[in-house]
Amino acid sequence: MSFTILFFLAPIGVIVAWWLSRQRLMAKPWLDVSAIGEVPDTGASSSPAATVGLGVFLAVVSSLFALFISAYFMRMQVADWVQLPAPKLLWFNTGVLILSSVALQYAQVAARRGRIQDVGDGLIVGGLFALTFLVGQLYVWRQLNAAGYFLFTGVHGLHLLGGLVALGKTGDKVWRGFEVKPGALERAAVRSLVAFSACPLARLIQSPDAVGGRFRTSSVAGW
Amino acid sequence: MVDITIGAAGAIQPAEVKDVELYHPKSWVTKYVFSQDAKVIAVQYSITALSIGLVALVLSWMMRLQLAFPSSFSLIGPAEYLQFITMHGMIMVIYLLTALFLGGFGNYLIPLMVGARDMVFPYVNMLSYWVYLLAVLVLVASFFMPGGPTGAGWTLYPPQAILSGTPGQQWGIILMLSSLILFIIGFTMGGLNYVVTVLQARTRGMTMMRLPLTVWGILTATVLALLAFPALFVGSVMLLFDRVLGTSFFIPAVVELGQHLKYSGGSPLMFQHLFWFFGHPEVYIVAVPAFGIVSDLISTHARKNIFGYRMMVWAIVAIGALSFVVWAHHMYVSGMNPYFGFFFATTTLIIAIPTAIKVYNWVLTLWRGDIHLTVPMLFALSFIVTFVNGGLTGLFLGNVVVDVPLSDTMFVVAHFHMVMGMAPIFVIFGGIYHWYPKVTGRMLDEMLGKFHFWVTFLGAYLIYFPMHYLGLLGVPRRYFELGETAFVPQSATTLNIFITIAALTVGFAQMVFLFNLIWSLFKGKPAGSNPWRATTLEWQTPETPPGHGNWGKELPVVYRWAYDYSVPGAEQDFVPQNQPAIARAA
Repeated sequence: MSFTILFFLAPIGVIVAWWLSRQRLMAKPWLDVSAIGEVPDTGASSSPAATVGLGVFLAVVSSLFALFISAYFMRMQVADWVQLPAPKLLWFNTGVLILSSVALQYAQVAARRGRIQDVGDGLIVGGLFALTFLVGQLYVWRQLNAAGYFLFTGVHGLHLLGGLVALGKTGDKVWRGFEVKPGALERAAVRSLVAFSACPLARLIQSPDAVGGRFRTSSVAGW
Repeated sequence: MVDITIGAAGAIQPAEVKDVELYHPKSWVTKYVFSQDAKVIAVQYSITALSIGLVALVLSWMMRLQLAFPSSFSLIGPAEYLQFITMHGMIMVIYLLTALFLGGFGNYLIPLMVGARDMVFPYVNMLSYWVYLLAVLVLVASFFMPGGPTGAGWTLYPPQAILSGTPGQQWGIILMLSSLILFIIGFTMGGLNYVVTVLQARTRGMTMMRLPLTVWGILTATVLALLAFPALFVGSVMLLFDRVLGTSFFIPAVVELGQHLKYSGGSPLMFQHLFWFFGHPEVYIVAVPAFGIVSDLISTHARKNIFGYRMMVWAIVAIGALSFVVWAHHMYVSGMNPYFGFFFATTTLIIAIPTAIKVYNWVLTLWRGDIHLTVPMLFALSFIVTFVNGGLTGLFLGNVVVDVPLSDTMFVVAHFHMVMGMAPIFVIFGGIYHWYPKVTGRMLDEMLGKFHFWVTFLGAYLIYFPMHYLGLLGVPRRYFELGETAFVPQSATTLNIFITIAALTVGFAQMVFLFNLIWSLFKGKPAGSNPWRATTLEWQTPETPPGHGNWGKELPVVYRWAYDYSVPGAEQDFVPQNQPAIARAA
């Protein structure tokens, strides 16, 4: 428990420390009175609030996944842990998920350069790959149906579905020719990064959820 | 960072917000019910939290009556007693303190204190309140389900939490866990708002080091909560699955009434880790906003700048960081490796350093100040005293060898009620007396306020000081009835009766407070825009109560820090943050 938690806390701590180091914590505010026209910069990020908000939300989500994973590791140490067969399809799914991330990344780069046509293409391809991944996961769940119950992959599936909703909204805007706000695309892009970084984890987690012990159930609950 | 002049291109936000960017309520419903205005949401949060807190208060009377007069009331049986304990603890810690500090004070004060028009995501902010309300209603519903609410104790330790010997096993525990999950979802929505508003929506000139400490406290607490609540979320989801779907995350092989249950291999200890990884930061989620608010109250009512502002900021951040590496000090008796215990005892005691810095700075702020013993000030002072008292017993319990014999006794109950029960609630009262004039435009009645203060403050000590003694005698916590024991003298019963009378009296004083809240709304003395002659931005709004968008046509500009009191040579004894320096000779 403690070690996985530390792995999670360390990067968060580094980010917080980095941010704090830029806030002039050594300043002596009691001496620092400004006259009209000499107001100091607030030090706020130049990114839109939505992007910063998404960054904070990602910290919350990674906290959630880190804790799920550390719980998994703890549970793995108990004697009755059953290792589950890992179907080949999982590797295919992982590959599809990476391709999805690459496509979304492509869309983001295109958006920066103002190539709206390519943005649309990237979003559609990325979305299709993500859908393929989810369908693939469903197949895996059905194959493994008899052998376990998947909480983590279920959470991950929900997470991706949420991402697809965001993607759909962004795609809709591009489709209708609206001017896409940088924030919205950033969101889609970060989602792709999250999906990407979650890949190895997903792979890891897709071994049995023996965290659930010897319980057997239909795959319905996974959703 | 260099100074930038207004009008230069760059990060400075426009003073006038375009009309379309502000959400405008169109009807009574969108203005007062489904409102996206942080000020309305703050009042909604506060009223809901105080209402559910009142339920928890009544539950504590029930427990006290049972402890003083065992088995005299047919209403309170052993099962009910455990249910009252559980619901009292959970409501007070999460649904009252957390929600009121962050949802109530956070929503009201952050936009006003940083000079913003509203939270950055008003719609999400509104959702946050409604999900919180739903969480409260789900919790309340458990009182009316067959079997009643859960009696698992506020820590909900498995396996007992979901086994049939525990009251509320049927529905109570399911609703409890569902309610917690909802609360965390709702809080996350609000928390994103609080953090991003502080980071991104500060007005021109408002650097982080010019923020009032209240905002630093709420910001740090929100970050802690955003990172710590997921642990409770994970624990709740898994425990819910264990209960509803029969998984074995936390439940080992159990024999119940001679029958093997279908569970096997789960780890109850894993739940304790998850719970306390949330549970300890939770103490600071409640304490750190209190630190911030109390700093501002003391500075304003002693007419003196806060002593060691930078140290105060560093200490808040340090306490926040340390609070993540002490969780296992709640688990000394769980059979952990002694080296592990040594590590956590050390980190626990290290927290005393930044905390002591804060206490010194408060005392040095008061030193030679022009202390006005107003009601908010009285509560702020009582916080310092109570927090120190409660913190000192924390040093006892933080040491493994002292904790082991005291564990699960009334000493622990007395300790945490002092340090995270009474101390933060004093700050909440102080904060309400201080900001009520801004929220409503009227002062709370001072006579009633002083009555409320003295009864609550003295009463708290009459309740909890004797309770430490009971704990040292070895009286265990959570026991419905002690019965005959070899080690607890008869006099303990008399002491219990005394504590109960004190508790009921303090409870009565809270009714006076509620009466004051409602009465002053209509009959209170008109407050004017800045009754305490305070420097921070929320007292400089063009209207009181502040109107929609907070600042009228133009956002304020901040020229100085938040604590310019009794400045030599100044016209008044305070200089508001939005008052520029006298222009230098050209």
